[in-house]
Amino acid sequence: MANENDSRSRGRFDVYGGQYVPETLMNVLAGLEDAYNQCRENEAFEEELRALLKRVARRPSRLYYAKNLSEELGGAQIYFKREDLNPTGSHCINSALGQVLLAKWMGKKGVICDTASGSNGVATASAASLLGLSCDVFMGIDDMARQRGQVDKMHLLGATVHVVTNGGFEEGTWKDALSEAMREWSNRVEDTNLVMSSAVGPHPYPTIVKEFQTLLSKEIKERCLYEINRLPDMIIAPVGGGAAALGAFDAFLEEENISLIGCEAAGEVLEASLSPSALTTGRKGIFHGMKTYFCQDEEGQIEPVTSCAAGLAYPGVSPELAALYDSERVEILSVTDAEALEAFAKVAAKEGILASLESAHALACAISLAPELPKDQVMVVLLTGSGDKDAEEILRLLEMED
Amino acid sequence: MSHWIREAFAGKKAFITYVTCGDPDLSTTRQILLALNEVGVDMIELGFPFSDPTGEGPVILQSNLRALDGGLKVDDAFALLEHVREEIEVPIIIRTYANVVYAYGKERFIMRASEAGADGLLLSDVPFEEKEEFAPICRRYGIDMISLIAPTSEDRIEKIASEAEGFVYCISSLGVTGMREEITTDIRSMVEAARRYADIPVAIGFGISTPEQAAEMAQIADGVIVGSAIVKLIGDYGHDAIEEVSRFVQSMREAID
Repeated sequence: MANENDSRSRGRFDVYGGQYVPETLMNVLAGLEDAYNQCRENEAFEEELRALLKRVARRPSRLYYAKNLSEELGGAQIYFKREDLNPTGSHCINSALGQVLLAKWMGKKGVICDTASGSNGVATASAASLLGLSCDVFMGIDDMARQRGQVDKMHLLGATVHVVTNGGFEEGTWKDALSEAMREWSNRVEDTNLVMSSAVGPHPYPTIVKEFQTLLSKEIKERCLYEINRLPDMIIAPVGGGAAALGAFDAFLEEENISLIGCEAAGEVLEASLSPSALTTGRKGIFHGMKTYFCQDEEGQIEPVTSCAAGLAYPGVSPELAALYDSERVEILSVTDAEALEAFAKVAAKEGILASLESAHALACAISLAPELPKDQVMVVLLTGSGDKDAEEILRLLEMED
Repeated sequence: MSHWIREAFAGKKAFITYVTCGDPDLSTTRQILLALNEVGVDMIELGFPFSDPTGEGPVILQSNLRALDGGLKVDDAFALLEHVREEIEVPIIIRTYANVVYAYGKERFIMRASEAGADGLLLSDVPFEEKEEFAPICRRYGIDMISLIAPTSEDRIEKIASEAEGFVYCISSLGVTGMREEITTDIRSMVEAARRYADIPVAIGFGISTPEQAAEMAQIADGVIVGSAIVKLIGDYGHDAIEEVSRFVQSMREAID
């Protein structure tokens, strides 16, 4: 009898994950997995990675106490984990440095990557320049239009940026960028690696990308113990593909009393087929090399989802997060564009911080949950990136609201 | 196991053609299938379109999108297959992506495929390691699940070929589907490796777009698969593609024989 568990592939999280890719990529993925495992056990690799993270990504980072916001809301004490302050402006630098270093150790000449908001593109272009590899970035035409500054940065860092449309039709977002990056990679497997933007795709990517982001939760744990002498009660993170959220949750998975909350984008309104809320409105499916929740129609065609935050507009989600959602260890909330914009404005006004639109989704959840919690509770909100990239787009969206 | 697939290779080099169902509409697909049959192709791969086919180059990707844009549903594709089955005897392989089968319901899809007269199923994003989710159901309904080997397969060829059904699909080049000016892979040794472990025919696909290439590949393997070159004509000529497709397929047929 054939069932959900009849897979001979590795990289399963309950029934999710796997390696649903064309045969051409199978040995390539096996080689990547072997190289990754060998590198992570090699002290010289680890030493080089640690040095890069410290010198380039300026890790570890401190927590930021959002005093004004906490006082105004009158509930839980709110702390920010500020990945917006990272060089290249987001959490993506953590996994980009890891993945590009891995490519270099594997003797590859270049890297190919997908990007949505441009964060992974800029981070990967920067890491590739630093480590002497070529970089090809694939980005959807719609995302390029709303994140033009990011595209400029990639060019200035020496990357080749490829405009992606869905097969010549006039649309192109994150899913199309990843599809095209996978196509390009299958043609250039001999001398390039794919640098995945999130904890998605075929095994071993969901694990590799997650593991390069687990420093987030380790740092949150250490800094909480150091600064407030206790662990937090709640971690809130935005969920696009899920890498940042998994990274922020990882060290707390065993601590059952700590709430882990992921915030998906709903787009304009929460509605199946439009919202990129794969866990909230999607169904199990198989795409981009993995089995997980996808926004899809009844025939299994992938839906063209939209959100004001390019980095959350992915129709699927990390297979590991899907399993954590099913087991109810992680709670998922859905945030509309309007709620995210309102949260963005409040945090700008109260804390003087311009958070990215992706981060604003987590801030919206924090702002709605904090007043319900007692004052001695501590929540940590992950700001995945800086709003510098979104300033123009946010002004446009706010004008549309008026 | 479908003996029809084996018979397609009996006593000659098999010529296998791909078209996407519903591109640009069902009636054109039907006419093209009948024209292919008329010219004398030995097997047909009928594509059930998927919105995001990551293994396809621009020609077949756009063809999939045209079909979906035209409103094609899975049940329409099955109905067409059932309908042309009355006139076409050569084996028909359904070629699609895992999610199309998964969303329809694996057993329901494969049962319907069998009812409609399909002989095989090729899922471009289901490699050896994931096929057990589909293959046992296919066996129950007499459908061969087609396995592929690629230039990167190397040590994997043994396990893939030894479990392969119908025929072994040998991918000529790295990358995705699409026409290529030249094929540089050492295909001869791939085909030999596959034959070492499989007692079924081996056919070569990906990038074959000229009669010269088709003739060369027919020398090496038991069959030749042509997709993008035909689909490109359908893209260029739309409803009027039947004559163009016939002429092209005729020239390829002659080159292979």
